[in-house]
Amino acid sequence: MKPIALLCIFLAFQFSGFAGDGDKIPSTTLKTLDGKKINAKDFSNNGKPFIINFWATWCTPCKAELNNINEVYSEWQNETGVKIITISIDDQRSSAKVAPYVKKQGWTYEVYLDENQDFKRNMNVNNPPQTFLVDGQGRIVWSHTGYAEGEEAQLIEQVRKLLKGEALSH
Amino acid sequence: MRFKFLLSIISFHALVFQLFAQTTETTQGSVHGNFQIDGQYYNPDSLIGAPKVSEHWLSNAYGSILYTQQKFSAGIRYEAYNNVMQGFDSRYKGQGITNRFARYRDDLLDITIGNIYEQFGNGLILRTYYEPGLLYDNALDGISIISNPLKGITLKGLMGKQRSFFTMGSGIVRGVDGEFALNDLFDSLMTNWNTRVNLGFSFVSKFQADEDPDFILPENVGAYSGRIQINSGDFVFTGEYAQKENDPSATNKVQVGGKTYYSYKKGEALFLSSSYAKNGFSLLLQAKRIDNMDFRSDRNAGLQNLLINYLPATTRQHTYLMLAFNPYATQPLGEAGGMAELQYKFKKGSLLGGAYGTDITFNYSYAAGLKKQHVNDSATHLTLYKTSYAEIGKEYYHDFFVEINKKFSAQWKGTFLYANQFYNRNMVQFGSPFAGYQDISADIFVADVTWKYKSGSALRMEAQAFITKNKSNPNAGSWATGLVEWTPQRHFFIAVLDQYNYSNPDASKITSTFKQNAVTELLDITGLDSWRGQLNLHYFLLSTGYTKGAHRIALNFGKQRAGIFCVGGVCRNVPASNGISISITSSF
Repeated sequence: MKPIALLCIFLAFQFSGFAGDGDKIPSTTLKTLDGKKINAKDFSNNGKPFIINFWATWCTPCKAELNNINEVYSEWQNETGVKIITISIDDQRSSAKVAPYVKKQGWTYEVYLDENQDFKRNMNVNNPPQTFLVDGQGRIVWSHTGYAEGEEAQLIEQVRKLLKGEALSH
Repeated sequence: MRFKFLLSIISFHALVFQLFAQTTETTQGSVHGNFQIDGQYYNPDSLIGAPKVSEHWLSNAYGSILYTQQKFSAGIRYEAYNNVMQGFDSRYKGQGITNRFARYRDDLLDITIGNIYEQFGNGLILRTYYEPGLLYDNALDGISIISNPLKGITLKGLMGKQRSFFTMGSGIVRGVDGEFALNDLFDSLMTNWNTRVNLGFSFVSKFQADEDPDFILPENVGAYSGRIQINSGDFVFTGEYAQKENDPSATNKVQVGGKTYYSYKKGEALFLSSSYAKNGFSLLLQAKRIDNMDFRSDRNAGLQNLLINYLPATTRQHTYLMLAFNPYATQPLGEAGGMAELQYKFKKGSLLGGAYGTDITFNYSYAAGLKKQHVNDSATHLTLYKTSYAEIGKEYYHDFFVEINKKFSAQWKGTFLYANQFYNRNMVQFGSPFAGYQDISADIFVADVTWKYKSGSALRMEAQAFITKNKSNPNAGSWATGLVEWTPQRHFFIAVLDQYNYSNPDASKITSTFKQNAVTELLDITGLDSWRGQLNLHYFLLSTGYTKGAHRIALNFGKQRAGIFCVGGVCRNVPASNGISISITSSF
């Protein structure tokens, strides 16, 4: 146990406390659906908030969430300017199914592949779906795991609060 | 060792920190992490075959901490198994730090020391990854360098030894990979191209000393692969072909008449995938062929231990219980198969689309063994068989299904599914035609209806049937499943699940014996004692959970049937159990 304790103490002392929310997106390589490589740290929405959502083609609640949001996405965008970035954690077994599914569903989200789950590990995601809200300066300010039917109303409420500068809630 | 390593992380970090403190604006580093604890209290139950667990309570837990500061990151993971839960490899025993790394990354260079997760191409010759739900971790402990010397070129090199439970395997793994995005590389020539082409090449080699007194075993085994991806408008094609040099091992050897025959045959794997999708329509075709591609850094390892590569199954990964009853797992020693999936979305307002649209999916997947021609080579015992691309062997698995997703109104929606599955249990589960089980052919029906009665509140009901004539226990005969899941508000859910083995051929034997417990006593008191035998064919499970932010707690009470459960493309056997389980996950 000693080494862990030492490392924690070291880190805690060197940087005036543990930074909780408000951190930037860690640098991680992801693939676009047409095989290009991008770095997650470059995600942006022209100074407006955006949402990062982890999902998989084998995850039923994930698909329910993204399909439900898809029905109201254009309204969300008109009202708040929010953008949704979805990260598929499908591995090689099912990653080829991502592009056909996305196009068939007519999603207009940005979609990236995290085939060996590097971004999932870097963002400390346990299980999908997990959603992060990122503010206009690229800081992660809110996170939520799981999906209950209708819960997207809570998500857009947080975006509205963020735009008004109000405190976010879970 | 660990102490020294952490010291080196700290010094390396301090150095990097100093460098950046001088040249760039100093920003505060950040610490994040996640953890998960799963535990179960086990009641023995002889009728469903749940064994007595001496410890009564078993648990698996892990926690990761990740520190990031600009271009530097470092992390550790601690794991504890006191003792490991049923259904996992019992070699996971005890606790300790199982993963630690330090990484520096800028636009040109990305260097990691410590534990490394990496995938070359489709993973046919190298993929190291971590799947906590399955306790799968084949991380390399060593050094990895990734570089982007020119736009469109990514070069990777790595070496190290692999994790094996709380220790490391003896073999050394070395690998290089190059990926070339032609459009970026020949920017000026291909700017107007509507087609993107990526090429990739990999080489992986393992070294393990030959300590066998009888055989000359190759100490260095190489594997190489080439791949291509073409994207053109709505069309995508990917293909990869890999070969492995001769690699006699515990998994491909054959024992005949008390003698061991090692296989010195080369291995090969081919994976092809092609899709077209446009305007609510999509078609996906996949094919693969694998021959002798079990590739491990220790030739004596078995099960999921010390695998270097990953051979994806091309069958569909199901989430409904009855569809996932007999999931397929890739057979690395020899398999040919494929999948075709067609999806269509009937638009809103069309005849079949109705007010909200209708989705329909047709999927057929198939897997078979290879037709092996045995070679009479008793003098050398080198190659034991030959195969041909023109022929395939015995069927291992097929799955045909039709799925319809339909939203009826703002409050009601449903998924309806029919499937026909074939499962060669002897080969898929035991790798031998002589394991003594019947093949399973089944017709499966699923209806899953959700009623969103107000925003954030829903009731979900599932009815499933698995109809088969299979007579091999455990899990013989047909099954019916019912589930009711109530989410009164978005933080909380409660669900009741019953899996009923209504036509088990051993039903009379099972129902004639019963175990005295609280439920059967209750039946005696209420005068419903004739029901108590029937109870043994029911697998009741009560499940509840609470979620807030990125924290979740879930509790299960009841019986779990024996079977294979798959998450994220890897499958594991779970024994029957009866008890209370808890799972807590959190990320911060």
